[in-house]
Amino acid sequence: MIRPHRTHPLWFAFLLHRLSGLGLALFLPIHFYMLSLAISAPARLDGFLRFTDLTIVKLAEYGLVFLLAAHLFGGLRLMALEFLPWSPHQKTMAALAVAFAFLVSTLFFLKAI
Amino acid sequence: MANETQTMTQTMTVSIWRENGDDGRFEKYEVPARENQTVLDVVAYVQQHIDPTLSYRFACRVGMCGSCAMMVNGSPRWTCRTHVSKVVANDQLEVAPLRNLPVIKDLATDMDPFFEKWVAAEAVFHPSKTRHDPMAAITPDDPMRIAASEAIECINCAVCYAACDVVESNPDYFGPAALNRSWSLVNDIRDDGQDVRLAAVGSNGGCHNCHSQQGCVQYCPNELNPTLSIAGLKRETTKALFRRSR
Repeated sequence: MIRPHRTHPLWFAFLLHRLSGLGLALFLPIHFYMLSLAISAPARLDGFLRFTDLTIVKLAEYGLVFLLAAHLFGGLRLMALEFLPWSPHQKTMAALAVAFAFLVSTLFFLKAI
Repeated sequence: MANETQTMTQTMTVSIWRENGDDGRFEKYEVPARENQTVLDVVAYVQQHIDPTLSYRFACRVGMCGSCAMMVNGSPRWTCRTHVSKVVANDQLEVAPLRNLPVIKDLATDMDPFFEKWVAAEAVFHPSKTRHDPMAAITPDDPMRIAASEAIECINCAVCYAACDVVESNPDYFGPAALNRSWSLVNDIRDDGQDVRLAAVGSNGGCHNCHSQQGCVQYCPNELNPTLSIAGLKRETTKALFRRSR
């Protein structure tokens, strides 16, 4: 339940940054584990890579790349906010971070399918 | 009287938080739905015409004293300058005490924790001269004077404090108003307490807790920008860290 005092764009930018961070934190251990299979069990890795050819997995990867890009651009926005001279265009910067995240993840998806 | 009778024919329902040493609950009141009235007018009507035991706080009624802030339909507002027509939703008005502060009774909150944090954040002036010294010459176009000017005119209403989710989740956090005041003093060349101030605002309750959600900027009735001030404090405390490590 999003309470009324939170219904402004920069709170949603915070929420996206937090959720994308949590999502990536959950993903990274699995990611590194799968990479480690290249050394410890190449056959299992090959099996998994065939599984990633499924469209549903590509769609999930689209979401994953979106989260990664949203966290990257959102993080740049926050560092700019804290360490560069103040910009009055905070909402525009948050919108641009999301727009770039969509651009990058959609390009990834179009190349993947 | 005729006018009064006429306006009384149209009413609206207002839910007001009632609490007196118990768990508290919203109670509904029927009040006149006037074309031009503030939220404080509605609260005052209930206290003067329906239930004299209702407690609330106000003083100037013109947006200067910062006494009358309350949660209105879930958002923190200065009630004396908030027109009902601007915030009413589905003919409903819900008035509650400010978030993140203990309730004394009904709509009156205990502001002590809010002001204690101003002191904890070293948001107090440390004089560097005595009255016998000449006055410091500060020109209006001095960059520090300009930075300080952007952070003054706070009326201590605690709207930003109630809007802040970090204050809600971390009881030690000084909050936007105290840190904003500290930032104005960081830019005061007459002040002689910068080291203790930067140590205070860089401590556990300090500026680095801020998640830049900017609810304080969204709701500040005087359109101040505490997030800008807190970002300035983050930069200054980071610089001080490097100065110390050299």
